[in-house]
Amino acid sequence: MVTKTEMPVKPAKKKIRSSMEDKIISFVCYSVVTIFAIAVIYPMLNLISVSISSYRAYLLRPWMFFPTELDFTAFATVFKSPQLMKSYGNTIFITVVGTILTLGITALTAYPISRPQLRGKAIYMTIIIITMMIGAGTIPNFLLIRDLGMYNTIWALFIPSTVGAYNVILMINFFRGMPDSLLEAAKVDGASEGLILARIVLPLSLPIMATIGLFRAVGLWNSYFAGIVYIRDRDLWPVQLVLREVILAANTAMAESGGNAAEMDTANIPTISIQYASLLVVMVPIMCVYPFLQKYFAKGIMLGAVKG
Amino acid sequence: MTPSVIKPRQQSWKKYWKANWILHVFLIPGMLYFIIFKYIPMYGITIAFKDFNIVKGVMNSPWVGLKHFNYLWQSRDFWRVLRNSLEISMLRMVCSFPAPLLLALMLNEMRSIRYKRTMQTILYLPHFISWVIIVGILNNLLSPSTGIFNFFRREMGLNPIYFLTDSTKIRAVLVIAEIWKGAGWGTIVYMAAMTSIDPSLYEAAMIDGASRLQRIRYITLPCISSTIVVLLIMRVGSLMSNGFEEIYLLQNAMTIEVVEVFEVYSYTVGLKEGRYSFSTAVGLFTSVIGCILLFITNYFSRKVRGYGLW
Repeated sequence: MVTKTEMPVKPAKKKIRSSMEDKIISFVCYSVVTIFAIAVIYPMLNLISVSISSYRAYLLRPWMFFPTELDFTAFATVFKSPQLMKSYGNTIFITVVGTILTLGITALTAYPISRPQLRGKAIYMTIIIITMMIGAGTIPNFLLIRDLGMYNTIWALFIPSTVGAYNVILMINFFRGMPDSLLEAAKVDGASEGLILARIVLPLSLPIMATIGLFRAVGLWNSYFAGIVYIRDRDLWPVQLVLREVILAANTAMAESGGNAAEMDTANIPTISIQYASLLVVMVPIMCVYPFLQKYFAKGIMLGAVKG
Repeated sequence: MTPSVIKPRQQSWKKYWKANWILHVFLIPGMLYFIIFKYIPMYGITIAFKDFNIVKGVMNSPWVGLKHFNYLWQSRDFWRVLRNSLEISMLRMVCSFPAPLLLALMLNEMRSIRYKRTMQTILYLPHFISWVIIVGILNNLLSPSTGIFNFFRREMGLNPIYFLTDSTKIRAVLVIAEIWKGAGWGTIVYMAAMTSIDPSLYEAAMIDGASRLQRIRYITLPCISSTIVVLLIMRVGSLMSNGFEEIYLLQNAMTIEVVEVFEVYSYTVGLKEGRYSFSTAVGLFTSVIGCILLFITNYFSRKVRGYGLW
């Protein structure tokens, strides 16, 4: 009798305890992640809200979550600013051309190495891998760019960083993962290597192209360092450099008014609204790229993580 | 006898070349890129041992041996920058390195797939924001007059805190900003590793009565430990590097004493002051130390865990 009653009680007790633990873990996980997500999203919401609200609303509640008193005049000023628009054009150019160039040369380098019949593979791989171990540093790179006559040209912003050894290896792994039978069948049918690359391999490479393309595009769009090292002429500045000036100008205006926003010159469009609007205009386009690539990106990064 | 051995070989080379020459043509742009933009600058490192003169160029500048390094050891700036670099790196290792791992473990414990997906999308967003913009946002968020923190402090009758110009707080701001930007994105690698865990392991553990914490401790963590170790080795290998942009953009006259790191220092002495050779010596010193650290950690990883980066 005693054993009979004890038998069912024990597991029941255990079940209650474990479900209690379950609940605590769930609670902790959900709340910590949610709090982190709010902390991540709040500065962005605030940025959007301030830039599309009136200056008066900003003075009342600078920490606002949601926009009040809609006012888009700051954006009109931003889009009319010749310096900002010129640099915006420069950044779009280097991002688009730079990303295409990276994908093209990386694929051309990775494809032959992924082919089993290639001779001299060890030499090619050594040339690539050594560049992962040894980097020259800012000054030797700068001197090279100057000697090549690329200093103070828009090319200096993306050509020196076109091919990354890591990206090449990622792509080689992806190409090697493709079904051999497909490529062999094409070869038997008499397709040349060039035709195989263009007609079979590239159309199947969307995941890896999206992954590397995204890395590259984000890096180029957000790059600040290359601009301050290689560009002197303000007409060639990428947008991040101009944005930095806008921010510094707003801070100076703030400091001159004694740190009190209300005392700032309100007759002109206030610098703070322009600053927020400029930040938003530069931030949004690159963020919009991700949702389009998300589907492929997830696959591409997975292959990189598992194999690389 | 010898001709018969060589002949088919030659023919096969010919045949190979006929069918595959295009592969070697494909490799030309990439190889040219690596030679011009990676290997020629490597030769440029020699100016760390020369007195670089713009007119004479890299080749013809006179050799001076370890002059720039001796100057480096004697300069007070160097020791300050070294201390800053190591301290900030350590702070990162302790705070921003585990953040994506913890976040990924928590995301992995979420039962609602839709909620998890939404959270992931939000957490990835800051990765796409440049440091210029983040520093701009920080200026506003932490501003003594209009920022949210100081707004509430004033409401409560407290004095505003000058986060960005206070040398005791700037490092915390730096690390928190880095976690804000990178922790969500950093979960991707761990999440990818977790999806490859065999679900039957969890089922078996549940039948054996393992609690949820035990499942995390004895299944999830061991299964992703190789990913953690690889990332940790790379993190230790880059102990001397802290990245240029975030620190350069965040520092100001009040905080430069405690946040100036090697990247910023070598940029300032090299391109702003024009001391090319000295700056190259600084860069070479940091990359040699980085390499040594990488080899040491990799060695220990192989000893202790049986695998490493190579």
